[in-house]
Amino acid sequence: MKDEIKKVIEETGLPIVQDEKSGAAQWVDLRELRLSYVISVENIKPFYEGLKEGKLLGTKCKKCGRLFFPPQKDCPSCFDSDIEWVELKNEGTLETMTVVFVRPPSFSMYDPYPVAIAKLDDGPKILAWYKGDPQQAKPGMRVKVQVSKRKEGYLMYEIAPV
Amino acid sequence: MSENVAVIGVGHSKFGVRMDVNIPELCWESMKPAFETANLEPKDIDFFVVGNAGVWSSEAAVPALIAEYADLAPKGSMRVEAACASGSAAIRIGYTAIKSGIADIVLVLGVEKMRESPNPNVIELIGRFGSYFWEFENFGLTFPAYYALHGTAYMMKYGATEEDYARVAVKNHYYGAKNPYAQFQNEIDVETVMKSPYIAWPFKLFDCSPITDGSACVILASEEKVKELGIDEKIWILGQGAGTGSANMSRRESYTSLASATYAAEQAYKMAGIDIDDPTKYLDGANVHDCFTAPEIIAYEDLRFCKRGEGYKLIREEQTYIGGKIPVNIDGGLKAKGHPIGATGVSQAVEAYKQLLQKAEPGRQADINKGKWLTHNVGGTGHYTYVTIYGLEKR
Repeated sequence: MKDEIKKVIEETGLPIVQDEKSGAAQWVDLRELRLSYVISVENIKPFYEGLKEGKLLGTKCKKCGRLFFPPQKDCPSCFDSDIEWVELKNEGTLETMTVVFVRPPSFSMYDPYPVAIAKLDDGPKILAWYKGDPQQAKPGMRVKVQVSKRKEGYLMYEIAPV
Repeated sequence: MSENVAVIGVGHSKFGVRMDVNIPELCWESMKPAFETANLEPKDIDFFVVGNAGVWSSEAAVPALIAEYADLAPKGSMRVEAACASGSAAIRIGYTAIKSGIADIVLVLGVEKMRESPNPNVIELIGRFGSYFWEFENFGLTFPAYYALHGTAYMMKYGATEEDYARVAVKNHYYGAKNPYAQFQNEIDVETVMKSPYIAWPFKLFDCSPITDGSACVILASEEKVKELGIDEKIWILGQGAGTGSANMSRRESYTSLASATYAAEQAYKMAGIDIDDPTKYLDGANVHDCFTAPEIIAYEDLRFCKRGEGYKLIREEQTYIGGKIPVNIDGGLKAKGHPIGATGVSQAVEAYKQLLQKAEPGRQADINKGKWLTHNVGGTGHYTYVTIYGLEKR
């Protein structure tokens, strides 16, 4: 419980405060919930093995050759799950970008970050942070995908100018 | 079976920061006028649907909550979620329930109480809509950022400018100032937008729709009920299309169009008997999903109000003001009226009713001589799109 609301409860016997702007009475909910999910990556483990070696992997349907990024273990064209892991071309062209100034609270440890989408030379597109000067970035320019260590200590792919 | 479905009652709460009401009170604000305009009571409702995205607000069982508050129990209901298109998804449920013959009168409510959570939490939660795992978890995309990827691509491809985007905000504030239900009732100029801080380049604060509390309600009825009740004031749903896009932005073909919107528009035009190559000839106006300024311009093109790459010229030449080629968002749009996620699609339906029946407030009534109005409601960043055509005459 936040100290301010604790104090209000002590003083008034209720967790009710006045809204700063409108003055309307607000009950301050005491049942705080912290959310963090556990997400299965069991079927895409090779992707993370690839990251460790600085490679970007996608999946390819052995039957029809369809390439998937993000990787998926089932091919809806063939109704088949016989896929292979392939290293994607780590170069391509920039499609579009933005710079995220107002960040989600869970990203508050990072400075405003540019985000780009690139089309890799063998087809799939990829969205990632852009390591480079966003003001110099233009659609169609050559970019590469590389792996680096995040401030939070884990490995992730990013897009950078060639 | 009812071939035709009509909107026979509408209600709209004041949109804005509504710290003065709780969720059921906010719902009743739009339900009451909807019952009154339809001349019906809660007992007349066969089924009701609530469009509500929730998460940032405390109550999840909104249908049960309003059943209790407004005497709708024990009638059947559900809550539907399609992100920012939840309201139109709710209308689709009501529309199809009546078309199928399973219900004759359906109440559709859209509601969102976003201000029950602090703004940073809302920013975080909205950004999570898309591919949570691949695009949010590691890259911290926000809702403005997702659309900014489109805004940038559009500028680079066609030569539109940030000032062009600002012009959309200026128009929508101009009309919002004339809408007593709008969150922002002040006019702004291009400079106001250009001087506001960046949220996600190229979008600045005034390119973005606000975080809003609000509710909107429509009552739908079968053709038979319309006859039986002798309803004079109504509009008909002439067609509705729905489309879905990929979760990941990286799986999209284009960033200057929303594939789900072009798909939904084609379906809706076909159902309503509108020539897809020249829809503005049939429409008196439209409400499009301007959660940010650039998507309004992209919507002009996805809806074929103009050719590809010419949307920014429409706003530059003020062709989407009243008196132009097609008036768009003359209730203020999401930008100035506010964007209470689940309520937005229903609010657009309320606006279609008011415009077609010439009940809009002074200064923002379009000329009605073709008798048709379009609404375009997008969930996420083209993850869902609903396009609906309303008309004074049934098909």
